[in-house]
Amino acid sequence: MFCDVCNTKEATVFLTQMTPGNVKKVNLCASCSKIQGVDDPLSFALTNLLSGLEATDKIAQSSLSCPVCGFSQSDFKKRGRLGCSACYDIFIEGLSVILPNLHRGIVHTGKVPIKIAQAYARASQLEALQTSLAHAISKEQYEHAAHYRDLLEELKKNPPGNLEKKMSPRQKKIDSPIPSKADDLLL
Amino acid sequence: MNFSDLFDTTKDLRMHSVPHSQIVVSSRVRLARNLHQKPFPGWAKKSERITLMEEMKSAVEALPEMALAFSERMENLSLLEKQVLVERYLISCEHAQKSFGSALVMNTHQTLSVMINEEDHLRMQAILPGFQLKEAFSMIAKIDTALEERLAFAFHPKLGYLTACPSNVGTGMRVSAMLHLPGLVLFEYMNKIINAVHKMGFVVRGLHGEGTDAMGNLFQISNQTTLGEKEEDIIQRLHVVIEQIIQHESNARVILLKQKSEELEDHIGRTYGILCHAYSITTKEALNLLSLIKLGIDLSLFPADVSHDVNALLIEVQPAHLQKRAQLPKTTTKIRDSLRAKLIRTKLKNLPKPLLL
Repeated sequence: MFCDVCNTKEATVFLTQMTPGNVKKVNLCASCSKIQGVDDPLSFALTNLLSGLEATDKIAQSSLSCPVCGFSQSDFKKRGRLGCSACYDIFIEGLSVILPNLHRGIVHTGKVPIKIAQAYARASQLEALQTSLAHAISKEQYEHAAHYRDLLEELKKNPPGNLEKKMSPRQKKIDSPIPSKADDLLL
Repeated sequence: MNFSDLFDTTKDLRMHSVPHSQIVVSSRVRLARNLHQKPFPGWAKKSERITLMEEMKSAVEALPEMALAFSERMENLSLLEKQVLVERYLISCEHAQKSFGSALVMNTHQTLSVMINEEDHLRMQAILPGFQLKEAFSMIAKIDTALEERLAFAFHPKLGYLTACPSNVGTGMRVSAMLHLPGLVLFEYMNKIINAVHKMGFVVRGLHGEGTDAMGNLFQISNQTTLGEKEEDIIQRLHVVIEQIIQHESNARVILLKQKSEELEDHIGRTYGILCHAYSITTKEALNLLSLIKLGIDLSLFPADVSHDVNALLIEVQPAHLQKRAQLPKTTTKIRDSLRAKLIRTKLKNLPKPLLL
């Protein structure tokens, strides 16, 4: 029996993981088991290895490589780790297959860095003002329109960091999950 | 702060009057963070790794919590010193293998430690004695928020904090508690507990590895998933599971006292005899026996004031601590076994015989 990782050497290390309703097996050769850290029980998790192998199959179907760090699908196969944060966008197709197996959900609902939360808040505030402005114009309420235009201009002049004091308390709080329209704001 | 100052402060993580500290030895929360669009440590070239490490190191050192901190590049620490840090749970085994381009910054109380360029750019942890998961989380969340000001963290609107391994993505948070469960081990309930805990999506490991044959009856329980749940929700779920385990362990101890008092006395009496009179003892045997002494203290068979020494011994009998204390450049297992027995005999010299039930 050959090693599941390198497919060249004879497998000598056999691992089995039982999860509710599922049994997963991996066979490794001596050198691959060392690379995967099987002999170091503190840092080793079979789940990581298994997900790595599954993801490899998905990612291997593409010949993409990351423009930021040069990481490619074959590197993922060897290491089970990604090259940089930009790799998540490049290999998202393969990753979106394995992430549901690894986690309880697929959307982050926890902490958001303050700067990024502010950027979301700013974006949604801009959008709200633009809607109000368009609405006022369509109703020919030019006094209101002028007010919204001034607010918009002021908001655009201010860098995101100074925004906080201008926001109402309700707007400061970013509700999760994060709205998907914020996707193109960031990365 | 230099290494020998650090070594001499054997901070007793266990003796403070904190909730459930008899059963929950310590609580730990670790966050993984990476820099936006910079190669992860395992993929970066050495020169990139060093540049990023220096940038992060000064950002971490500048935190008010890190005033007078222990801060060192990993190449400046000896293998033995790194192993001492592993035995104190201040760095991971993986970080202990790092050299150029990695660093460690840690506060003087040894409750906050930041590993720079481990698997992720930053692995920062708070460790507190007893059952204090929420407190540990707020400590490390504060550090995280302060660092955000100076460092641009990799964050994805849907996937959250991005990490080198997809298994840590989202919150990047690993919460764990070290539990002392001699009652459940004596009644052979641990396999049941481990299976039940697995079903809840948590993992149980021994003191230094997987499996139920844990040394010192010590078990680490932690979350496995990091995406799709808020930090507070993960902590709350783990909290509930640990509360249940505490309840089971307490029940087991009550049954021990009520129904198996003779066996218990025999066990603890033999333990006392061996620890006070052995001239050579392995780490595993020492930890297992010290665990029973600890149980004896919890059950009032020994005076409570020896608790400090026993808790300290649980760390001090480990190989790197013994070797560092003996100041020997090299030791063999045989030498360490006799050093260990001697240390225990000295420390327990004033330990009275166990009270009969």
